[in-house]
Amino acid sequence: MIRQDYNRIDPKRRSAIDYKKKQFAVPTYKQQDYPHRLSLYETPPTAEITLEQFEQWAIDRLRVLAEIEACSFRNKTPAETAAHVTPLLQKWLPLHSNTSSSVGSQDENLKLERQKDHYSHFILRLAFSSTEDLRRRFARIESALFKLRFQNDDAKERQTFVESLQFDWEVVSEEEKRALGADLLNATPGMKRQDAEEAGWFKVDFEMVAELVEGRRVFLKAGKAYVPVREQMSMVLAGFNARLDKGLELAARALPRLDEDDRLTPILVHLSKNFATPDSTLSDSDSALPGAPINPSSIDPLSQHFPLCMRNLQMTLRKNSHLKHFGRLQYTLFLKGIGLTLEDCLIFWRQAFKLITDDTFNKEYRYNIRHAYGDVGGDAIRRGRGYSPFSCQKILTEHPPGSGESHGCPYRHFSVDNLTTLLQTTGVSDRDVLRGVKEDVEKKRFHIACNRVFEWAHKGDIKRVKEDDSWGAAELDTIVHPNTYFKRSYLLKTGGAAAVKGDEMEI
Amino acid sequence: MPHSTAPGPMRPEEVDEDDILPDAPQQVSDHTKEEGKTDMTDSASQSEDSTSEAPRIDVKVEDLFDDADDDEEDEFSGSRVLNPGNESSPPEAPLPCAQSAKYTDPEVMLAFYQRLFPFRYLYQWLNHSMKPSNDFGHREFAFTLQNDAYLRYQSFPTGDLLRREILRLNPSRFEIGPVYTANPRDRKTLRKSTAFRPMAKELVFDIDLTDYDEIRTCCNKANICHKCWSFVTMAIKVVDAALREDFGFQHIMWVYSGRRGAHAWISDKRARNMDDQKRKALAGYLEVIKGGAQSGKKVNVKRPLHPHLARSLDILREHFQRDILEDQDPWAEPEKAERLLRLLPDKVLNDSLRKKWDAAPGRSSVSKWADIDALAKTGASKTLDGRALLEAKQDIVLEYTYPRLDVEVSKKKIHLLKSPFVIHPGTGRVCVPIDTKRLAKFDPLGVPTVTELLGEIDAFDGQTTEESDVKKTQDYEKTGLRPYVEYFRTYVAGLLREEKGVKRERETGNAMEF
Repeated sequence: MIRQDYNRIDPKRRSAIDYKKKQFAVPTYKQQDYPHRLSLYETPPTAEITLEQFEQWAIDRLRVLAEIEACSFRNKTPAETAAHVTPLLQKWLPLHSNTSSSVGSQDENLKLERQKDHYSHFILRLAFSSTEDLRRRFARIESALFKLRFQNDDAKERQTFVESLQFDWEVVSEEEKRALGADLLNATPGMKRQDAEEAGWFKVDFEMVAELVEGRRVFLKAGKAYVPVREQMSMVLAGFNARLDKGLELAARALPRLDEDDRLTPILVHLSKNFATPDSTLSDSDSALPGAPINPSSIDPLSQHFPLCMRNLQMTLRKNSHLKHFGRLQYTLFLKGIGLTLEDCLIFWRQAFKLITDDTFNKEYRYNIRHAYGDVGGDAIRRGRGYSPFSCQKILTEHPPGSGESHGCPYRHFSVDNLTTLLQTTGVSDRDVLRGVKEDVEKKRFHIACNRVFEWAHKGDIKRVKEDDSWGAAELDTIVHPNTYFKRSYLLKTGGAAAVKGDEMEI
Repeated sequence: MPHSTAPGPMRPEEVDEDDILPDAPQQVSDHTKEEGKTDMTDSASQSEDSTSEAPRIDVKVEDLFDDADDDEEDEFSGSRVLNPGNESSPPEAPLPCAQSAKYTDPEVMLAFYQRLFPFRYLYQWLNHSMKPSNDFGHREFAFTLQNDAYLRYQSFPTGDLLRREILRLNPSRFEIGPVYTANPRDRKTLRKSTAFRPMAKELVFDIDLTDYDEIRTCCNKANICHKCWSFVTMAIKVVDAALREDFGFQHIMWVYSGRRGAHAWISDKRARNMDDQKRKALAGYLEVIKGGAQSGKKVNVKRPLHPHLARSLDILREHFQRDILEDQDPWAEPEKAERLLRLLPDKVLNDSLRKKWDAAPGRSSVSKWADIDALAKTGASKTLDGRALLEAKQDIVLEYTYPRLDVEVSKKKIHLLKSPFVIHPGTGRVCVPIDTKRLAKFDPLGVPTVTELLGEIDAFDGQTTEESDVKKTQDYEKTGLRPYVEYFRTYVAGLLREEKGVKRERETGNAMEF
């Protein structure tokens, strides 16, 4: 308190010192009346709430956001995510439509719900504005939440909401519509001829509907995208994102002004800490295998414990004596994860690339490997120990392999025939397993397919550790990281049950 | 940018966003009858004002323009050896047999940078104006030095300073990165790391023939021939059409990468300012061939075909017949024909095709492709779905012709890409711009190498005895590089003209943002 008093200016004098500061000294109160269920969160809240509310509302929202993020990490489909999150939303952050009440948006309960939604959003916005990383994550999850709610909104209310936004959308005239005719229809999948003629079309800059452009689901001409009314969501979402990004930047700049506040700052810090990264990074204990002989020459024999993605890389590497960039990256990080030292890793790659000279190797590849280990590149403090080994999530979703590339997840990126062949060459011959894998892959449950193979390959050992109770349920949880796969496989086969004790699989 | 940072004499008429210089090709070209000139006027005629004015002012203004050219040399002595005493040091035309060893010879490189590299236009191209600005000043350059050391985060207030540094370091090549929010050289002195972010960069595309290895039969790896260059030609046509028609971009420059591919640089303001997400969306729009070495069928496009794909298919169809079926002959051997059969939908039809082809080994791809329809018509298979077959055939055409872009390059603003006009260290060829109007005529194996060019300068200087002629002609004009530099100049002039309009608009109007 003393420290703060020292710097404080008498509130009565403060406004006299600098007229610019006045706007912070005297907030202009604006009671919002929340006519719509949804909001783009453009006007910050100005009414007073208690500290308890401040904290409670934020925590409630955070719970929902954390669940949404967890769903995206588990690679759930939008429908699955919606099913999972909807009850939670009901519990922590209900938001009813106008039709749920006889007096519409005038209902006091509705107002309270909307106020809570509004305030909690802005509290978290403040809490997560401090670093670029947090901002990006927050924006991503908030926009997922918005999307979810937008989709579930009552059609009529959604329409009035969208109209109230006053976006700058140009309506496509009838003549133009007719002139474009079939192009418009062909560019927009799922659009019937009759709908195309009757429905309204908007003309917007293509940047605004990036999502549609990427999927080639919209007609483009001279930089304008022709969007049917029903694709409004993509545009509204883009608007939401743009505003949120800007808002977060502003919040970040405002944050230092809160430094002196000893009521809010601790709460905000606490909130942002609770949002700790649930990325599946590996802890040290997860990768270290005490006593295991991990060196360049042991990789080949050890590769029987590798998950299919890594075995495929190892086999391709042996076959071609080369791997393309992302293959090298994925494999190097995996090897780093199983405990291969940088020196050994360099030796491993040097030996593996049989067809090139030392000179080429040093010039073109050495740096990359060292970079993956965090030995070189960028700024020494920030790079830490380099990248962490890729999780299944990352391998499944980022950088799908292009021509001639062998990285990625075979369950996802191989055709079924090629996958079956690969599985057979790695010794998976059981027909039931192969059929199960095929079904999993068709349902896009790639994790399950991989775990199915794992369980089949280790069924004897799994039974044993279950029986003698040396492994708990946590140690036999679904595998979502290639390095976990390796470690578990290795320990099961070598009977190193003791080593698993007290080991936490972080996901 | 303040003038004080600009070194050397900056003539007022140059700084003052002068229209004349970039439009000048018409006048300058009077001296020579070289062939390259005619096409240049072709593309220069886009600028209506310069064509309409050219005949009128022909004689009178001639001298004036020569003056302007002299100014140009003072500031950017890109075409003149700095020290007259050095005149003898640029190497003589080397013996053809020694050429390959000479490509990366530091002295050859230095002479090239000194006499031929068009720094002036490079500067204008990246700066989007004559006046030094942050578009150039905060731009990252990365040099690969002769000893293979790699220097990143280099930046220069003006093109002239870039030139000086390049002459000092004599890099074997250099790359161009984004414009940052602050000067890249100051990045470590900034208090907050977030204050240093990439802000803008040309949208770029990279096509590399190694990505075609699984479908090209003539060459592999780093080798190319005229047959496989047609893959690049097709790719340029398709991508260029999409960028212009669908996205409305106008300032697209294609550059030969020096060995086995091509780059596109799109300088429209809208393209430069796109964030990574939008770049990713654009790359996704253009990407059709998906999947790694093991993923089987690589083209799976929705029906009805998106207009972009329908147009691409129209462009590619004739190439498929000529460049793929005839030249590449991709299904000549039985195991390769098996690959074709795997892409077709009907088992029964496949069996009869296989029988037919096994009976006649050595049947060409053209006949095999025709066999599909022929057999289908005879009713070899009762279960045949004509529509599915047609769609499969369209997918095959796309798989064998549609551009294979290295999309990672396009997705990130911070990606560095080799500058136009540098020398490819492996081939010695100059990374010249490709005129899309004469795309079919572009011959990657006919692109001049650095040693040839330097030889041409010497030959020209040897022939011309009149001192004044030698002086008036810029070095690039004496060589086969001339049409390429002139194309670049006209292209940059067009960009600058547009940019001026944009700037004025920005200053006066307040464009509403979404």
